[in-house]
Amino acid sequence: MEQLVKFIPLFPLIGFAIIGLANRRLSKGVTGVLATGSVLASFAIAVIIFMNRLGGDGQAVTVTLFDWITAGNFSAKFSFLVDNLSTMFLLVITGVGTLIHLYSIGYMHDDDGFRRFMSYLNLFIFFMLLLVLGDNYLVMFIGWEGVGLCSYLLIGFWFKNIDYSSAAKKAFVMNRIGDLGLLLGVLLIFTATGSVTYDSVFAQAANITIPVVTTATILLFIGAMGKSAQIPLYTWLPDAMAGPTPVSALIHAATMVTAGVYMVARSSVLYMMAPISMDFVAWTGVITALFAASIGFAQTDIKKVLAYSTVSQLGFMFAALGVGAFTAGVFHVVTHAFFKALLFLGAGSVIHAMHHEQDIRNMGGLAKKLPITHATFLLGFLAIIGFPFFSGFYSKDEIIIQALAHKPIIGYLLIFGALMTAFYMSRLYFLTFMGKFRGTEEQQHHLHESPLSMTVPLMVLAVLSVAGGYLLQGYMEHNLTLGAAVTASTEIEEHTLHGLHNVMWGVTAAAIVMAVIAYVLYVVKGQRPSSDADMKGLEKTIYNKYYVDELYESLITKPLNSISSFLSNWIDINVIDRLVNGTGGGINALSGQLRLTQSGNTGFYIVAMVLGMALLVAITVFM
Amino acid sequence: MLTTTLIILPFLGAIASILSGRYSSRIALAFTVAELALAVFAYNAYMMNPSDALLTTNVVWSQTLGSSFHVSVDGISMLMVLLTGLLTPFIVFSAQAKPYGESQSFYAMVLAMQAALVGVFTAMDGLLFYVFWELALIPIWFICLIWGGEGRQRITFKFFIYTLAGSLFMLAALIYLYTKAGNTFDIHALYAAGNGLGGWEQTLIFWAFFVAFAIKMPVFPFHTWQPDTYTNAPVQGTMMLSGIMLKMGTYGLIRWLMPMVPAGVAQNGYIAITLAVVSIVYASMIAIAQKDFRRMIAYSSIAHVGLIAAGMMTFNVQGIQGGMVQMLAHGINVVGLFFICDIISMRMGTSEMNVLGGIRGVAPQFALLFLIVLLGSVALPLTNGFPGEFLLLNGLFQYNFWMAVFGGLTVIFGAVYMLRGYQKMMLGETNGRTLGFSDLTTNEKWVLIPICILIIAMGIYPKPILDLTEPSVKALIDGVASGWSAK
Repeated sequence: MEQLVKFIPLFPLIGFAIIGLANRRLSKGVTGVLATGSVLASFAIAVIIFMNRLGGDGQAVTVTLFDWITAGNFSAKFSFLVDNLSTMFLLVITGVGTLIHLYSIGYMHDDDGFRRFMSYLNLFIFFMLLLVLGDNYLVMFIGWEGVGLCSYLLIGFWFKNIDYSSAAKKAFVMNRIGDLGLLLGVLLIFTATGSVTYDSVFAQAANITIPVVTTATILLFIGAMGKSAQIPLYTWLPDAMAGPTPVSALIHAATMVTAGVYMVARSSVLYMMAPISMDFVAWTGVITALFAASIGFAQTDIKKVLAYSTVSQLGFMFAALGVGAFTAGVFHVVTHAFFKALLFLGAGSVIHAMHHEQDIRNMGGLAKKLPITHATFLLGFLAIIGFPFFSGFYSKDEIIIQALAHKPIIGYLLIFGALMTAFYMSRLYFLTFMGKFRGTEEQQHHLHESPLSMTVPLMVLAVLSVAGGYLLQGYMEHNLTLGAAVTASTEIEEHTLHGLHNVMWGVTAAAIVMAVIAYVLYVVKGQRPSSDADMKGLEKTIYNKYYVDELYESLITKPLNSISSFLSNWIDINVIDRLVNGTGGGINALSGQLRLTQSGNTGFYIVAMVLGMALLVAITVFM
Repeated sequence: MLTTTLIILPFLGAIASILSGRYSSRIALAFTVAELALAVFAYNAYMMNPSDALLTTNVVWSQTLGSSFHVSVDGISMLMVLLTGLLTPFIVFSAQAKPYGESQSFYAMVLAMQAALVGVFTAMDGLLFYVFWELALIPIWFICLIWGGEGRQRITFKFFIYTLAGSLFMLAALIYLYTKAGNTFDIHALYAAGNGLGGWEQTLIFWAFFVAFAIKMPVFPFHTWQPDTYTNAPVQGTMMLSGIMLKMGTYGLIRWLMPMVPAGVAQNGYIAITLAVVSIVYASMIAIAQKDFRRMIAYSSIAHVGLIAAGMMTFNVQGIQGGMVQMLAHGINVVGLFFICDIISMRMGTSEMNVLGGIRGVAPQFALLFLIVLLGSVALPLTNGFPGEFLLLNGLFQYNFWMAVFGGLTVIFGAVYMLRGYQKMMLGETNGRTLGFSDLTTNEKWVLIPICILIIAMGIYPKPILDLTEPSVKALIDGVASGWSAK
């Protein structure tokens, strides 16, 4: 049955090719159906494989297509690995992917680039599937860079806007910085084990020395920092909100940005061997989680708030991985895909209704006008703050419990992060949907609920955001045994676990209190964020994202440009080329002197000849 | 006989072009296509039987000199011949739209150069190699001198003298080896002689060859002739130079330098590799600062070739194999890029990036094909740039971690300057200048579409290329390991 996996990436690729080549010869309707249908077909196969595996023995199966790159003892085959981890990702990518394609039909319908948009989305799904399906680091890298390309194309989708294309370029370049780390990590793994195929790398992991495995895992993690927007490589993700909202939902929330989590989870065997790397991952995660959450407090663009929340939630996932709770990290990827896609699509519906207004200062009271959007957004909001029995509740609790058990300090910080999340997400929700409408008359007049193609995905995702955690909890626990060999020895004792669960009820209650505080502040008291001009002090600093972009600009971009110009305009011309010309000039001068001897005076030549012969004779005689 | 025919055919084509008056462009194209077909035929013959007698010609040329007309192909040479055969038709075809597209002598020069290049890539005799090496320089010198841009005398003179000076070092090395080999230029005799030399002599030979090859590629600090020449030459000349001719240098490394003086390589290789890695970083950074697109491509080519040189000089299978794939890929991509640049300059009268913008909006087909070539150039996986770049970095990594880190910066810098260029020229709003940019003509598509197909096909399935060269590469490595004692 696993052999069917070949078709999973094939369908979106075909969809991309047909839409790309046919272009305007296809009507928008056919394009939409084709694009969505191709992903749906992949989803159907993923479900078949998943169901089949549920009944089977759960063994990993490798499906090889062809030899890709082979040189000497290096070999990377174009092969797919079907195991419980990749199957889980397949379901999320194709499932959420289908819904977002469907949503896009409504959202992008009036855009001139509708067909181009749908074909890019298909191409993205293709690469994302390769990323999780590859049975070796190199095929993963195809997907890894491929999704980066699609992200570039989609962030800069409205290419006439130069700011958008700058955001796209920034995303690509920042990702490339991470990619170099990843590439070097893969090369180190190859030098250490002679392979890049997961199976054989992990089989030989025990033979790698600790310094090497530590270096390799940190290098791999640098790749994850880029792709999954962790400090210091996170600044591209908020800018990436320049892309159409379905892109933000699909690529910059549900799937691509979780690739780093997938990669670390996939390499759990290596990470478990390297405590230093684990600490590095955990601390990067938790610091990112808190830092990004704090920025979320003062943002006023609905998508920017969600973007920082994504960065923060990704931080939670890495913290989980770093404390050895790989399964919990992956679990949070899945639930986060549900509720964050829902929140983004809900935000898209709001933006659609508000005629491209994204500033929450101009929203408010939308609950009445957009009942479906509001209801579904509310459920997504409850899921992200960890409201009892919603999906986020299960996965986030699991992360914090594991952290408390293994690295308590990380756990405490994550609890703090969870409370921050509860507050800024409540702020977003209340400012958008509650209170009085603060937009213009005209906007109010045009407020409308979105069409069915947009609301149906919202409803499906809402159901998943509510029930997904409960449904998948058992499966995650029993079928995703990542890094199991080691965690077994540090299994949390039953009564400790019980105690930690009680702590979590306290945390949940505290989160709800945060929400209530936000309610009082923003609904009862009617507070609203200051206008740009009125901002000062801390609020202004946070609103400006702690000026990190400006810092990077003056620390990296500008010096790089100056050095480049200096090399180009000065060193290359005045040093290197001058040396060359100097050599040429020197030879010229020398030959100028020599030329004087070629005077054309026969007498001089004869004298020279005689002297030369005398010299030769002298040398022959005396040597 | 086949290999000899591969050299003679373009020469005949050159003569035919001169004689064919106004049909010269078509005649030239026909000859280059025939040459490509013949190269593919030779490839088939080689794959069926690598020691096929058809592939070798060895007749004594001058008994007294100890030199023979000895041409032959192994996998490495075959690849270079295929590269030459593949690119020349595109270069000839694309010349039709140019002012010199009517000139018989232009086509004659291109074909003569092709013949010499095939000679360089197949010569198994030191003197013959040197003759073809210098022969290849003459037509391109005329091409640059006659049809180049403003200031061409000065620039062409520098280019000519620079490369000629480099080759003189090589000639000295060859003659020294020749005397040591017992007055023969046979390549295997030279290998044996070179291997038998003492460390100091090997060092001298190493540098003599390296300087000649480094100038040709070029590698820092021998590169200053290149940007001027690439920007000043007529675009087809630049394509010949960057697409094929610079591979004389990288090919020379692997055929004439590395196997010849292993002890010299062991002692000095790290300096040469360091220079090549410096090339990568230095040229990439300069590329970032360029305002003219053509000049940017010129510097990016230095960076790419630097990686090829560095990776191949590590002399492990991955590094050399990476260099093999990358030589072909770089040839295709750089021809594509210079062609794209020429499309822009012909329509806009400039390739100054800052005055352009928004072309994407008026020429979507052009924008798409440009993007594909760009992706090949920044080595996105599943384009032709990736297998080579990855293997080269792999080879470099095994040699030295930090070399791979610095060499790997090309991954980042390549994206920086290429995307910046694309953004400046293609994205944003159109301006008064770019508003009238017309999308691709049929003839232009005939060049760009096949290039893009090659870029993707080679990226998905590089195996035939790797399979072609691997046995020969391994034979070379084994030969060095055994000190050529088997021969």
